[in-house]
Amino acid sequence: MDVFKDFSRRQLFKVSAGGAASLVIGFYLPGRSILALAQETAAPAPAKLPSPNAFLRIGADESVTVLLAHSEMGQGIWTTLPILIAEELECDWSKIRVEHAPAAPAYVHTAFGIQMTGGSTTTWSEFDRYRQVGALAREMLIRAAAAQWKVDPKSCRAENGFVVCGGRKLSFGKLAAAAQSSTPPTRVKLKSSQEWKRIGKPTRRLDSREKVTGRAEFGLDVRFPGLMTAVVARPPVFGGKVKSFRAEKARTAPGVKAVVEVPSGVAVVAENFWAAKIGRDALEIEWDLGPGSELDTEKMREEFRELSRSPGLKAAAAGDVEAAMRRAETKIEAEYELPYLAHATMEPLNCTVKPGSDGCEIWTGTQFQTGDQGAAARVFGLKPEQVKIHTTFLGGGFGRRATPSDHFVVEAAHVAKAAGMPVKVVWTREDDMRGGYYRPMWMHRLNAGLGGDGMPIAWRQTIVGQSILEGTPFAKMMIKEGVDGTSVEGAADSPYLKGIPNHWVGLHSPKPGIPVLWWRSVGHSHTGFVIESFVDELASAARLDPLEYRRRLLKDHPRHLGVLNLAAEKGSWGTTLPKARFRGIAVHESFGSFVAQVAEVSVENGRIRVHRVVCAVDCGICVNPAGVAAQMESGVVFGLSAALYGEVRFKEGRVQQSNFHDYPLLRLHEMPRVETHIVPSAEKPGGIGETAVPPIAPAVANAVFAATGKRLRRLPLRLA
Amino acid sequence: MKLRVNGQEHDVMAPGETPLLWVLRDFLGLTGTKYGCGMAQCGACTVHIDGQAVRSCVLPVGAVAGRSVTTIEGISSGELHPVQRAWIETDVVQCGYCQPGQIMAAVALLKVKPKPSDAEIDAALCGNLCRCGTYQRIRAAVRRASEIAGA
Repeated sequence: MDVFKDFSRRQLFKVSAGGAASLVIGFYLPGRSILALAQETAAPAPAKLPSPNAFLRIGADESVTVLLAHSEMGQGIWTTLPILIAEELECDWSKIRVEHAPAAPAYVHTAFGIQMTGGSTTTWSEFDRYRQVGALAREMLIRAAAAQWKVDPKSCRAENGFVVCGGRKLSFGKLAAAAQSSTPPTRVKLKSSQEWKRIGKPTRRLDSREKVTGRAEFGLDVRFPGLMTAVVARPPVFGGKVKSFRAEKARTAPGVKAVVEVPSGVAVVAENFWAAKIGRDALEIEWDLGPGSELDTEKMREEFRELSRSPGLKAAAAGDVEAAMRRAETKIEAEYELPYLAHATMEPLNCTVKPGSDGCEIWTGTQFQTGDQGAAARVFGLKPEQVKIHTTFLGGGFGRRATPSDHFVVEAAHVAKAAGMPVKVVWTREDDMRGGYYRPMWMHRLNAGLGGDGMPIAWRQTIVGQSILEGTPFAKMMIKEGVDGTSVEGAADSPYLKGIPNHWVGLHSPKPGIPVLWWRSVGHSHTGFVIESFVDELASAARLDPLEYRRRLLKDHPRHLGVLNLAAEKGSWGTTLPKARFRGIAVHESFGSFVAQVAEVSVENGRIRVHRVVCAVDCGICVNPAGVAAQMESGVVFGLSAALYGEVRFKEGRVQQSNFHDYPLLRLHEMPRVETHIVPSAEKPGGIGETAVPPIAPAVANAVFAATGKRLRRLPLRLA
Repeated sequence: MKLRVNGQEHDVMAPGETPLLWVLRDFLGLTGTKYGCGMAQCGACTVHIDGQAVRSCVLPVGAVAGRSVTTIEGISSGELHPVQRAWIETDVVQCGYCQPGQIMAAVALLKVKPKPSDAEIDAALCGNLCRCGTYQRIRAAVRRASEIAGA
């Protein structure tokens, strides 16, 4: 079916002058765009860069520059969004250049209204917009060529960077200036899926060359004359404050330029990182610790456990659980728990701020451009548009660089403002690991009652853990009747519950005062583990094969079944394995996609080793299968690090972990073979970046059960 | 002090105990070598000293005076190194932050073991963390680099 998009009705687009010889196309959402539009059309100097509010620039030099409204943090959007434009534009793929867009209203998320990258939303939220940009540019280039040749535009077509008509052809670069002044169409026709040449074909990444040569610029790599480096001494416990400090020794340390107090602590500003760090070591600070110094993981576990014994606030309910429990032939109770986790991006947090007389510039790897922009503007008493955000490559994000509090940008703004000079605030690994914003600790209490056929007739689940959204601007939208949707996602909406007539999912959201944040797969990172492990327990209690048990429970959920069956088939479920190897299976839906995994595991001397993971994914229309396979491998590794090692613990308020020796991540020699199988689909695209994380911990735990008969209900998985 | 990096002599005004990593990054502007942990746990800072892979984050610059330092910026001139080509062909990178360190470790391995076994690849690169989890393609890319270099 042909897809028509009527821009005049839903969106306003504007072709703005972008230098004499280039075609610049921007799309603007109504209501948010008027100001930006007016500013952008105010006749830029010809030699200046084209309008920053553009998604696409076609240069006279044949370059095709795609501007990303989202941040590249490894997930491959640097390649995916250009595929969408190129599919419609019919440009020469080798001429594509990619840049991060600045922070501006034109680039706000099509679903969320702020400029951000997260929730595995980029591909589906840009699937139409970036194709429309490509199609619109193509039509304008065709019109320009047709006008020049005095032919009907319908007789022309775009092909590999040229407009072609009969024997004549003109390159996009040569047509760009004329296309710029042509009247843009108000409707463009998008290709049908049968016509796609790029969507669905494996495409190599466009950012490889700069990343393998060391030229790619991450936030930490930003350099310019006069830029200083700062490290900040922050309170040793959350909620602590500076009571007093002595900075004489720090100030006289070689290379130190300034020592300034900021709301988050004391910053030492120096000519380079090492000088700043030595300076910080020389600070003498007396802290007012506050109640945060009483935090203790073991005490919290007891408090969470106590809470889990009462129902909590309703997240989902049906039927009469108590009556059904009384009827049940078999009753099962289990307690699951997962620890606080750090994101531990390879690039520690950092942010560069250059204050100026009428505005400031910021360089950072952020997932939250417009939020950071507004927050920095408030620190300086500026308007948001006076703050220019340069998004660098992100050395990993996983949610850590999408902070509703904008804390690391706000802090850097305070340091630069107080020091009165351009400053790059660098977090050491220890600062980063102990800096909070963790995946919350979770405890689940589950009760199930099985009928005579072994299938559940009653399910009760109480979830205990900190709300991520409480106290953030997202609370209003996403906390309903006290229930933070991100705390119960994957549980309250579990497909299993739809087939269990009597169920209850309740939530307690204690407030221990630890900063928490979304961590790759957010709520699914705990609900996936708990539900897929507990369903395995039920299968075992019913003496049924775990795959067969899931098939029965999911009989009305074809996409779950599709990946489950594919993973089982490709993973040779039910066949004989080499000695001492065992399989576990799990399936979970998150962010609009469905992933099932079969893990092959051995246990030797109490040590769990994962040898192979067969992964089946249904993400709807798949734009780049190579990117999807990479994200499946990536999610498996991320989830395995958490399943086998990840744990942040507190004692007397102090975070006990500090670096990779006590917060280990999976290493090369532990990497299982991961095989990815993609279900062909014409459904709308789903998310991909987070979706392989939820099933891996339960798949491994279920395999460990098969191997040892021990049901491990606590992460990280430990046999002893 | 005098420092020889990527074939060039530099006069560096850094205290001798400053880790080589920060001299490379902050004094010489060679930002391809990354900071990840500061305690030789992650390998993001891997460079070569006289051809051997070392962690520059724990190596005082005073200890390398007079020796030859090679960074990611110095392994290729004009044409990419076979390891870099293999990395591109195999589509290894994701966020890319750890990859200069991974590549430096792989280059050092292939110099002494042009045809490494899987176990040798694992042993040589297990000190290099990748939070994105590109390990499967790293293994494949080292094998591919070995082929390219041997061709």
